[in-house]
Amino acid sequence: MSAHAVARGGSLHRRRALLGYLYISPWLLGFIIFTAGPIIASAYLSLTEYAAVRPPHFVGLANYDRALFGDDVFWKTLYNTVYYAVIFVPLGIAGSLAAALLLNQRIRGQPLFRTLFYIPSITPTVAATFLWLWILSPEFGPLNSTLALLGVQGPPWLGSPLWSKPSLILMGLWGAVGGGTMIVFLASLQGVPQELYDAAGIDGATSWQKFVGVTFPMLSPATFFNLVVGLIAAFRVFTTAYVATGGGPDYSTMFYVLYLYNNAFPYLQMGYASALAWLFMALVLVLVVIQVRIATTWVYYEGEARS
Amino acid sequence: MSIHAQGQILAAPPGLLASRATRSFASKVLFYLLAVVLGLLFVAPFLFAISTSLKEPAEIYRFPPQWLPSHILWQNYAETWTLVPFWRWVLNSGLVTAVTMAGQICSATVVAYGFARFDFKGRGVLFVILLGTMIVPSEVTIIPQFLLFKGLGWLNTYLPLIVPSYFGGGAFTIFLLRQFFLTLPRDLDDAAEIDGASTLRVLVEILVPLSKPALATIAIFAFVGSWNDFFGPLIYLNTEDLFTVALGLYFFKSLPTDSGPVLVQFLMAAAIMMTLPVIVVFFSLQRYFMQGIVMSGIKG
Repeated sequence: MSAHAVARGGSLHRRRALLGYLYISPWLLGFIIFTAGPIIASAYLSLTEYAAVRPPHFVGLANYDRALFGDDVFWKTLYNTVYYAVIFVPLGIAGSLAAALLLNQRIRGQPLFRTLFYIPSITPTVAATFLWLWILSPEFGPLNSTLALLGVQGPPWLGSPLWSKPSLILMGLWGAVGGGTMIVFLASLQGVPQELYDAAGIDGATSWQKFVGVTFPMLSPATFFNLVVGLIAAFRVFTTAYVATGGGPDYSTMFYVLYLYNNAFPYLQMGYASALAWLFMALVLVLVVIQVRIATTWVYYEGEARS
Repeated sequence: MSIHAQGQILAAPPGLLASRATRSFASKVLFYLLAVVLGLLFVAPFLFAISTSLKEPAEIYRFPPQWLPSHILWQNYAETWTLVPFWRWVLNSGLVTAVTMAGQICSATVVAYGFARFDFKGRGVLFVILLGTMIVPSEVTIIPQFLLFKGLGWLNTYLPLIVPSYFGGGAFTIFLLRQFFLTLPRDLDDAAEIDGASTLRVLVEILVPLSKPALATIAIFAFVGSWNDFFGPLIYLNTEDLFTVALGLYFFKSLPTDSGPVLVQFLMAAAIMMTLPVIVVFFSLQRYFMQGIVMSGIKG
């Protein structure tokens, strides 16, 4: 504390505390109005039948019962979402890490490459989806045309229940690999002390051994962060599917949030949609808690003794 | 660590110097090649879209596909503007984005200052709550928020898209700025306050000018977040005149024209025009961007 503050003593301290509350008040109000209040309201709505015309009608746990035991589409959307996340998250993290390792080398034009890698991630999702709709277009799209030149008959991509999810994963990866995940890895790589590599080099470690023994442990907090953020992002997949397929064909791209949106707005089943939202939040939180638990076994923080 | 020392890390990342000495020429070529291939994979969809947007309709569906149009048809772009109220949508998006950005940046700056520089009861708990909101999916708040805005009579206006940004500007934005403020030496504030400056003046005249990298970084995030937003406009806007470009483009997909369904070249032209502003903003602020991320300690 500064000399100034000590001299004025307690009243200054109180004044500063009041100023502190004043400065954070926009967030605090916003938290109450736009987050905490709605979470509570949504919990109540999830116990009602509500079509936004008549007042909500209390139905107890019926909406949850319906989702878990009476709605095949619910389980289908959960399957689709898990399918998407299980493939998207590891590939996204591996790809971003590879891109970051590449950019961390001293190569000419590094800022240019960084920008090229980053641009897909800031491309508006709607615009990116249009680019891919055209690329993946079964008959005239450049991908299948190129495959045809090689004598391969390309699949109908977004038009086939088998290929629609992989297509959306491909679109998602294109928009994610060079984005925030890569930047987090890159920032973290720049903080790995050179002495560790030097010491490993003296011990005769190969590049691969250096990666496994030095780079990966030093990056583990970044990897953990990316894993949690990536998992939440993957579970929330919406816009690409909404724009490209609308959930089809045959519900193969009906993801959880898309189904939630459909229930809330086009179908006006706001009670049921609120129950879906609460189940979704519970699922996401459980996944995060599991991640945090597992993290203690593999995430290494500097200054921490390691067994 | 002082700002100066961190700046040096940025200027010469460790790992580069020694790797230069030890790496053979061959592996360098390999890295270069990989970077070029990866870079091309990332931009290929754009290159093909640009090429398609300048083609004659007959050439678009030709097999084998042509990478370059034989005649460059710039009028495809002009025609896109007449098919749909494209400029109207761009102006709408620009307005919403500018007002939202201002709200996010100003309110996040103020809130981050409160968390970084003032001691008050409950600060730790409130900060943990703030971080906790990052893992709460917005899906759980969206229905009551919609009902709230409906009750206020704000449906089919820009207010639901704009007003929330004036209440803190988002947890991640506040976190990033707060981390950045913590790297700035507190002596600066104290010196100014001894000279009689108010806390607000300390923020505006001392901390803000020193925080350009962090502010540029959140400006990029705010711009991209608002300009690219699809979900908000989708649920709040109903009339075509009010559409933002993201929402308009979506409806453009299914819009019939005199000659049948919308032709691919117009869609590609629209997608490219929609992306350009984001790229321009990123390029103009990107020299601060990495710095803003590294110095805020966003490494997990």
